[in-house]
Amino acid sequence: MRRKFLSSKQKLKGWKEMEMGGTISTPGSSVDFKVGEFRTIQRPVIDLSRCTKCYICWAECPEPCIYRKEDGFVEIDYDFCKGCGICAEDCPVKCIHMVPEAE
Amino acid sequence: MSFTSLKNLPLKESLAPGHRLCDGCGIPHVVRYALKAVDDHSVVIVNATGCLEVCTTPYPYTSWRVPYVHTLFGNTGAVASGIVETIEKLSSEKRSQYFDVIVFAGDGGTFDIGLQALSGALERGHDFLYICYDNEAYMNTGNQRSSATPMYSRTTTSYAGKAIPGKLERKKDIIGIVVAHGIKYAATASISHWRDYMTKVRKGVEVKGPAFIHVLQPCQTGWRYDPALTIKMAKMAVDANVFPLIEVEKGKYKITYRPPKKILVADYLKPQRRFAHLFLPENDHLIRQIQQYVDQNWERLNKLEKFSETG
Amino acid sequence: MIMKQKSVALVGDQAVAHAVRQSNVDLIAAYPITPQTIIVETLNEFLSNGELSARYINVESEHSALSAVIGGSLAGGRTFTATASQGLGLMQEVLYVASGLRCPIIMAVTTRAMSAPINIHADHSDVMGSRDAGWMQIFCENVQEAYDLTLMAFRLAERDDVLLPIMVNLDGFLISHTMEDLKILEDSVVSEYLPPRVASLKLDPERPMTFGSFALPDYYTEFKRQQVEGIENALRAAPEEWKRFEALSGRKYTVTRPHFMDGAEIALVSMGTSAGTARYAASKMREDGLKVGALSVRLFRPFPSEEVKKALVNVNVIVVMDRTVSFGAYGGPLFNEITPLLYGTNDSPTIANFIYGLGGRDVTWRMMVDATEIALKKKKTGEKIPKAQFLGVRE
Repeated sequence: MRRKFLSSKQKLKGWKEMEMGGTISTPGSSVDFKVGEFRTIQRPVIDLSRCTKCYICWAECPEPCIYRKEDGFVEIDYDFCKGCGICAEDCPVKCIHMVPEAE
Repeated sequence: MSFTSLKNLPLKESLAPGHRLCDGCGIPHVVRYALKAVDDHSVVIVNATGCLEVCTTPYPYTSWRVPYVHTLFGNTGAVASGIVETIEKLSSEKRSQYFDVIVFAGDGGTFDIGLQALSGALERGHDFLYICYDNEAYMNTGNQRSSATPMYSRTTTSYAGKAIPGKLERKKDIIGIVVAHGIKYAATASISHWRDYMTKVRKGVEVKGPAFIHVLQPCQTGWRYDPALTIKMAKMAVDANVFPLIEVEKGKYKITYRPPKKILVADYLKPQRRFAHLFLPENDHLIRQIQQYVDQNWERLNKLEKFSETG
Repeated sequence: MIMKQKSVALVGDQAVAHAVRQSNVDLIAAYPITPQTIIVETLNEFLSNGELSARYINVESEHSALSAVIGGSLAGGRTFTATASQGLGLMQEVLYVASGLRCPIIMAVTTRAMSAPINIHADHSDVMGSRDAGWMQIFCENVQEAYDLTLMAFRLAERDDVLLPIMVNLDGFLISHTMEDLKILEDSVVSEYLPPRVASLKLDPERPMTFGSFALPDYYTEFKRQQVEGIENALRAAPEEWKRFEALSGRKYTVTRPHFMDGAEIALVSMGTSAGTARYAASKMREDGLKVGALSVRLFRPFPSEEVKKALVNVNVIVVMDRTVSFGAYGGPLFNEITPLLYGTNDSPTIANFIYGLGGRDVTWRMMVDATEIALKKKKTGEKIPKAQFLGVRE
């Protein structure tokens, strides 16, 4: 499993390279920070054969890191999943299961 | 715009992943549903100091894909006032593109340290939507009591000990306060009831002048429940009438959601370890007291609604 | 070309309000406080008469006043506020945000003593308490300067190589409420000198940016270093901007104002309205054969170290006048700026520091003479840098 923060690999900018006043001009740049590293205990796994495409998991993911694909199914981006388990808890057909990270 | 099903909600995410909010945090829901509700508007976010700000903007990372500004803890109403007045002028002179202003502030930044700036802004009538994400304590600094903390909740500044069973005071009625300013739109909402919440956000943005939405946002870290239960906790708060969903349009109260199956307050308190001490046998009367207050408040809201209907 | 100007009689607060009215300001937010009140009253009168194009927010506190103009500034507008004393105190945490977020806000401060005990009159305890908040600070000596320096401040603050807020300090009552003749430029001339602001960084849906991010120890230092660059650039930028204004108005402004300083052996250094008193005292002492000069420090932040050093390096006795107390310190703020500049120079001059004029107490030219005599005695006894002492205090 990957256990490294991108931030630690990034070259830190000098004051002359920075925008004035702490302004960040790249919208949504946090996608470079893979918070999935925070996940230690368990991760959700979707059984797509039973998925009804209700999108409750998509709506309720706090990250959000559950995406809706073109075929209408959902997909979890583990680079960002913190393993909270809301998706598994609230899936109405119980097709999302939390499995231990060790597996 | 009506929000019929999750399928039809805009896919665009204005809050990017990679933020550092806790696992199972309820704040992203407050933000995401709101921004999806006004997907067709240009918006600028004004944020008070707090969990949302700290976790979404650690330099050089930002999770915001819309213009965003944070300045201080207690001045968000004032900053929003200045932005609104300026953009109205600049856009009318074709010097800038017009945008709507949405404020996100926690209960600390709204009920307590930011109340004066909020009151001033509401009184003056600037055109913005203020959304308070209420996790019922100062969670960013590690769960200290706020005036939004419910009665008998344990926080790190209202310990539940042998002499004092947690916070002794009741939660401040923030809706009552904002409504007293005579604003055109105020509402409560819950992240468990997205349709209700998004409809209210839409109304709040479209109304001319200030609008206020108070959203209950369960916090697994401070309330101490299983992180998977965040949406369920929000739903239980509504179903127990602990956090009724209402709106106040031009002073008229309306209950926007009536729980089809009312649950007991104790059922809502039980999964939250901040209330664990209430389940000791000697504290049974405290739960009964909370239930009584909740029932009284529900009755009060029903009366206000009835009064609003009959005029 | 020097433009046609109108002679008018105004108090300092009105002069500032006129400068603001003419400056294509987009947003004003202020809370009334003595002795700044006439500024907000005059601006509101302009507003009601349709003479002011700015939006005006009558906020509920100074904390909100500065917060609102920060919002306006980040939205790309030109902004103005005004305060004094306790109002500046209430703004304290917001001051650092205004400079940290690089908002070129102009704020008139009618300097006034800090409570307790409450007092409404002039001294510099309010602005000196905020000297490290990252704002530029400019001191006015009279009503004309209050008008001119307010106008000039907008251009200086908004320069991309500076981009910082400015306090224009006018001594409470002594300028704010004192009527003087002054020359004011025509509206059209000012409008050309100060066209509407075009901000390079602003809240813009077409270019979404995050303002006010959270900096951890790995970045905070770099932001502060960047801020230093901005304020130090003003040492070069201020004279440039002031020259531009001189071409329009015929009035010359420099970061310090020396008077009789050529060949002076004794110097009286001060800021604000007392500078005029110091010049008069110097001329009186010159009549008695003493080679006294006076130096007025107009730009306090950034501190024009080179100019001050150049003016004082050949002086034997320096009398530094501070209109505030730095409690528990060896001397006042101006003294603390000047003394290290002269370390190791010219056989090390005697530098005597006097605390005067607190809470609006009058300072006369005779008191300045007394201070000079004390300093000369210290010189004789070989006490090079005596501890600050009060001028005109009852034991």
